[in-house]
Amino acid sequence: MLGYVASRLIYAILVVFGVSVAVFFLIRIGGDPSALFLPPEASLEDIAAFRTQMGFDRPIVVQYLDFLGRAVQGDFGQSLRYQQPAMQLVLERVPATLQLSAAALALSLLISIPLAILAATHRGSIFDRVGLVVSLIGQSFPTFWLAIMLILIFSEHLRMLPPSGRGTWAHLIMPAIALAAYSTAIITRLLRSSMIEVLQSDYVRTARGKGLSQGRVVFRHALRNAAIPTLTVIGLQVGALLGGAVITEEIFAYPGIGRLAIQAIANRDFTVVQAFVLFMAVLIVSINLLVDLSYGLLDPRLRKG
Amino acid sequence: MQGFLAFLRRFARSKLALFGLVIVAIVVFAAVFGRWLVPFDPFAQNILGRLKPPFSEARNGGIHLLGTEALGRDVFSRLVIGAQVSLLVGVASVALSSVVGITMGILAGYEDKYLGRILMGITDVQLAIPFLVLALAVVAVLGPSLFNLIMVLGLTNWVQYARVVRAECLVLREREYVQAARALGASTPRILFRHLLPNVMSSVIVISSLLVAKMILFESSLSFLGLGVPPSTPTWGAMIAEGRNYIANAWWVAAIPGFAIFITVIGINLVGDRLRDMLDPRLKQVEN
Repeated sequence: MLGYVASRLIYAILVVFGVSVAVFFLIRIGGDPSALFLPPEASLEDIAAFRTQMGFDRPIVVQYLDFLGRAVQGDFGQSLRYQQPAMQLVLERVPATLQLSAAALALSLLISIPLAILAATHRGSIFDRVGLVVSLIGQSFPTFWLAIMLILIFSEHLRMLPPSGRGTWAHLIMPAIALAAYSTAIITRLLRSSMIEVLQSDYVRTARGKGLSQGRVVFRHALRNAAIPTLTVIGLQVGALLGGAVITEEIFAYPGIGRLAIQAIANRDFTVVQAFVLFMAVLIVSINLLVDLSYGLLDPRLRKG
Repeated sequence: MQGFLAFLRRFARSKLALFGLVIVAIVVFAAVFGRWLVPFDPFAQNILGRLKPPFSEARNGGIHLLGTEALGRDVFSRLVIGAQVSLLVGVASVALSSVVGITMGILAGYEDKYLGRILMGITDVQLAIPFLVLALAVVAVLGPSLFNLIMVLGLTNWVQYARVVRAECLVLREREYVQAARALGASTPRILFRHLLPNVMSSVIVISSLLVAKMILFESSLSFLGLGVPPSTPTWGAMIAEGRNYIANAWWVAAIPGFAIFITVIGINLVGDRLRDMLDPRLKQVEN
């Protein structure tokens, strides 16, 4: 088990390293970023001085190694706009985003788990139909449009909820709904089909044959095993889910890291974009690592690994 | 032809899938022939007739079926024209990512175990990047254009093809007919393209259909944020962004293009789900 954890950990670090390479070079794919920061009337000498000052005149591989060397020491560079450490700007806004994501995840689990169980145990019933409709509709909305429609209905017409900002629970309701729509659809769909598969397996028939109650069979035997493939796919989708948070935060003017990232892109503040992407990569990789390790809790056979 | 008709008849056994196919057909029709059929010039501004609600009368006696937007342009006509960009970006970026992904997947599955490992590594790196943000940053650097949009979407979404195709090739290359072809002296390219490629096509079709829907959603998000195609071209995402400012007194300007995206994506997803049920027997067992 310990060897397994160690090998997964090393692989996770390699993946984050790969992300740093990808981000560093992709952001510079358009060439030297100095033209974006200087006024168009800047003289050639000004440009040259700026490039030397920023280190843009060095070979790109050297620039990357320099960036990497600082990053492992926790220095991700200064924000080009705010004159503050880039990673500090990101970390300051993390609690807001975590609060929103947690609310959205709680909401989607609260809907999708009962719905998927009912749909799988009552095939062809009204629950099954509702489950199919939810999973189809939820992944066909553009998130930003759903957000705008929620504002139209609950803020403009009913005047029940604030359209933007952060502070009270009321501020959290609409962003959480907008963000939860996609994951609710995905989880309902996956959990339903893996529950159906598990419920047809031999050991479930055996459990039923022993005379176990329906509740015990469903929760004790089926749900645990159906959770494994579902968790895996949720882990793989975390990146997409957090991408949804970016656009949701932007629309509701919610002061999280997603809004920061969009503003940083608009300002061409690439050190902040880099810090944001690397922070997200570490988060996503850690979540997937936890998912991998949690299999052991769900399935004792995997503990030896 | 006979086989295709039989396939279509089997496909149509699901009424929902048929509904999806009809939606897709309408959107394709709008994108291809729409420019000759729209009731108004989608670019003609009319400041006096701005933000008119649906079904209001136009100056020249026509009807603005879906109202007008902030510059008095006909929403319905712009919606029809907007289908072009959505479909073009959806189909072109999927075509690009499928070519890259299939090539990588076949090579990694048949030839080289190192390539296979590298491929899996790239996949994990890509899954760890918040894609939307990276796409935004790259488009912001390169400048918004149709070509850049298709390149960015196409080159960041090929890993799913590569993973599935590689997994299938690992199984296929042990099959007798592939072994026989090799024993008869067939060249590697011949084995790859004549013997392996046709056998992974059904998975490719399923992935592609569902990916087109995703790409249309991505395109609309980027256009909404002003980083899609240049603003002179009407797109559904950009129409929502413009309408957002008038949401309090002219809801239709933002609501209608979003509904168009929603219906289009549902249609494509219904078709894709049905194709998966029909073409992928492993998933069929689970679903039915």
